[in-house]
Amino acid sequence: MKYESVIGLEVHVELKTKTKIFCGCSTEFGAEPNTHVCPVCLGLPGVLPVLNKEVLHYAVKAGLALHCDILPFSKFDRKNYYYPDLPKNFQTSQFDLPICKGGYIDIDVDGKQRRIHLTRIHMEEDAGKLVHSGGSIANSDSTSVDYNRTGVPLLEIVGEPELRSGAEARAYLEKLRSIMQYLGVSDCRLEEGSMRCDANISVRPVGSDKLGTKTEIKNINSFSAVQKGIEYEAVRQAQILDEGGTIQQATRGWDEAKGITILQRVKEGDSDYRYFPEPDLIPIEVSPEYIEQVRQELPEMPDARCQRFQDELGLSEYDANLLTLEKQTADYFEAVVKEGVDAKEAANWMLGEFAKKLNEENIDISASPVKPADLAGLLKLIAKGTISGKIAKKVLPEMWKSGKAADVVVKEQGLVQITDTGALEDMVKKVIAANPQSVADYKAGKKKAIGFLVGQIMKETKGRANPGVVNQLLTKNLQ
Amino acid sequence: MLTIHELHEKLVNGDVSAVELTKAFLAHKDTVEPKVQAFLSDNRDYALEAAAAVDAKIAAGEAISDLAGIPGAIKDNICIKGQKATCASKMLENFKSPYNATVIEKLMAADYVSLGKTNMDEFAMGSSTENSAFQLTHNPWNLDCVPGGSSGGSAAAVASGETVWALGSDTGGSVRQPASYCGVVGLKPTYGLISRYGLIAFASSLDQIGTFTNDVADCAIVLNAIAGHDAKDSTSIPQAEKDYKQALVNDVKGMKIGVPEEFFGEGLDADCRKALEDAIETYKKLGAEIVPVSMPHMKYGIAAYYIIAPAEASSNLARYDGVGFGMRVDGKDIVDMYIKTRTKGFGDEVKRRILLGTYVLSSGYYDAYYLRAMKVRTLIKQDYDEALKKCDVLLTPTAPDTAFKIGQNSDNPLAMYLGDVCTVTLNLAGLPGLSIPCGYKNGLPIGMQLIGKALDEATLLRVAYTFEQNRTDLRKPSPMGEVEL
Repeated sequence: MKYESVIGLEVHVELKTKTKIFCGCSTEFGAEPNTHVCPVCLGLPGVLPVLNKEVLHYAVKAGLALHCDILPFSKFDRKNYYYPDLPKNFQTSQFDLPICKGGYIDIDVDGKQRRIHLTRIHMEEDAGKLVHSGGSIANSDSTSVDYNRTGVPLLEIVGEPELRSGAEARAYLEKLRSIMQYLGVSDCRLEEGSMRCDANISVRPVGSDKLGTKTEIKNINSFSAVQKGIEYEAVRQAQILDEGGTIQQATRGWDEAKGITILQRVKEGDSDYRYFPEPDLIPIEVSPEYIEQVRQELPEMPDARCQRFQDELGLSEYDANLLTLEKQTADYFEAVVKEGVDAKEAANWMLGEFAKKLNEENIDISASPVKPADLAGLLKLIAKGTISGKIAKKVLPEMWKSGKAADVVVKEQGLVQITDTGALEDMVKKVIAANPQSVADYKAGKKKAIGFLVGQIMKETKGRANPGVVNQLLTKNLQ
Repeated sequence: MLTIHELHEKLVNGDVSAVELTKAFLAHKDTVEPKVQAFLSDNRDYALEAAAAVDAKIAAGEAISDLAGIPGAIKDNICIKGQKATCASKMLENFKSPYNATVIEKLMAADYVSLGKTNMDEFAMGSSTENSAFQLTHNPWNLDCVPGGSSGGSAAAVASGETVWALGSDTGGSVRQPASYCGVVGLKPTYGLISRYGLIAFASSLDQIGTFTNDVADCAIVLNAIAGHDAKDSTSIPQAEKDYKQALVNDVKGMKIGVPEEFFGEGLDADCRKALEDAIETYKKLGAEIVPVSMPHMKYGIAAYYIIAPAEASSNLARYDGVGFGMRVDGKDIVDMYIKTRTKGFGDEVKRRILLGTYVLSSGYYDAYYLRAMKVRTLIKQDYDEALKKCDVLLTPTAPDTAFKIGQNSDNPLAMYLGDVCTVTLNLAGLPGLSIPCGYKNGLPIGMQLIGKALDEATLLRVAYTFEQNRTDLRKPSPMGEVEL
């Protein structure tokens, strides 16, 4: 039978406010264990939470950018469950009156555009981190708790089950990350856990509108894993149904190494979290004026920027898309163009050589040793004819390594392009004399033979000869 | 009966030094404490140090606060940096707080002297202080009787003259009822008037720190020291600072005092009723207008309270799991550790309320219990709003009877709960209430409760002060003897 997948994502995004959601501790990632803690986030007896206003600000910002309704009256609730990473054994979250309802994310997969609706967005506190002495619970004699992350603010963004493939799920996540980064509310690094995704997936016969039994995939820590995990699960479920079996409602983990999902916990109904209104916090009231004020702060969002890159800078939709997906990339690109470099040329380099280098070094664009002005300097040397594009490809790694400007590298290594017709004319004559066969071929009408002769001169000059000038001189001397 | 305001005069006039005063109280405490057992900890070194600092200020000609150098006591669920805060529970037997409650910061600014921390029902759950995991506290008026609870230690400390004032906490009557049983003045202020930061939570939407003193003037002084907005408590009410001593006016002429019939039903002891009727007569004579009022939803108060308070408690007490602080009993895995720790760490009453609270919040029961109780809470609030529209204050008994014998209600939690009938609805409504002695039965004090409008502690104090000034017949020396100065 032919099946379609029904996929809904629950995404947790860590907000990059300076301090935690209910106390003044730092949210900085990677500090020594239990150094960013205080009585409040440790849940000591007698403490009380106070809402960090910036968290509400970020939540409203995110809600507006995702086209949600901002509720004028919302509240916090306690979600009660026991886990050693949760010092109070309840998580302060939002239950029936979240800060945002509705909203949507537009995605584009292989040219097909779809609008995926959101159910809600709510604010909550993060839990701590368990560190097992042996790496996993099974292998450990003891477990320690690092409370640095306890109380770091989170947004939980719950999507409607409208996604139909792993590729769509991935596009949705990438778009969501992009929007959060544009807003500056989260770094959304899956590896560091500042973006976390749980996927609910079920399959049903094409044409059916009934929902099948779902499984939940947890611990997906890369975009490709989201896609692969969902694709694997869709196939697995379809196979079971084809064989006449039934799907077991369960939580499954994604095993990156094996490329499969593994049963973690069978769910028998929903857990009872005994939600009730958080009595230590007062309800959140948001005025229309406040919402308007936050709306005014919204920056240009990725879709708008992508359109502008096409309209104003003449980029292709494909390039504009790639360049605007991550805000830092788009910012970098615009900074390069601002230096007076042709936009298309800048786009080609950024998506080509520069992207390759970032990938090789596995670093973030913000950490690139080659700054926008440096890359612009390199591109200007090409534009002026000082070096060829080919030489430029050798200059870039040198700049990367030494941190020197393009013109300095070119000068130091003697890479300036030879455009002096006098010097090149002698070489041209020598090459013609040394290669009678090619000359004969050329004269016999095989115009391609000139390429070999150009190659000889490039070899002679270690690529520094201006290929245009060489071509001209050869044509002239062969007549 | 020594009061803060009189002792303050003596300190300022140089009749006695703060250190002498503290030493005198410590001496009295040493003779009385073996019988009363109000304290869980002894803080005499700190107390003498603090008193010496007050003397230094006086010697330097500096002004001192009304409360400076006057010995007091703090209930053991209020956090003081570096000191134990046990909540009279084995769970926190060795827990030392690394921070100060906001009220402690405020008291420090007033140069307070505390002789120690007082006994209570475990986690403030109880009405007799018999639920303490550590000791029984005895009523200074009759050592066979309970001091009331949960702030029984604080009430007994003041009533026995061991200290001049004390702080307690009141979730359903835990300041007013022991004040009534011990014959002292007990105030539960408006919810939000005093910061809860550093008060170990029982039921967050009901808890409020309150005061025990020998008279109404002292009540105003302690309230002055601890009231005020606190940014660390989101439920604290922003407001301008007041001087509650301004409210000490001996005049109720033309004031309207409401008497809700529902508080004078058949459960009220006859002697208590008589004492309250005498009090009403006193007010009439002083020119107040007595207004009969009806509050039809009061009869649901106990039921609503014993759903909402345990619900919040079940969540608030979830943190005592053996992981981060407090008692830990090791187990074969984490769940086993939780179970063993909580089984050993909590007493019966605490367990009972955690079970009740967990039950009423459970899916399938939430609507029938918790949600319904919250609706009743709204109706109760409306009853109070209506009644207080017509009156300046309401007058009721604090408890249906005087202090009962130790052990009398131990096996009957329901009877114990029903004793809270006069006090719990105020917490549900968030309103201020003050208990003041209005008579005696077989040598045990009877309490009268005055209920005010939200944030109108001033009127409450005025009405109480007027009563006290005109009923000097009710004044009795401390049953345990007085401190000799």
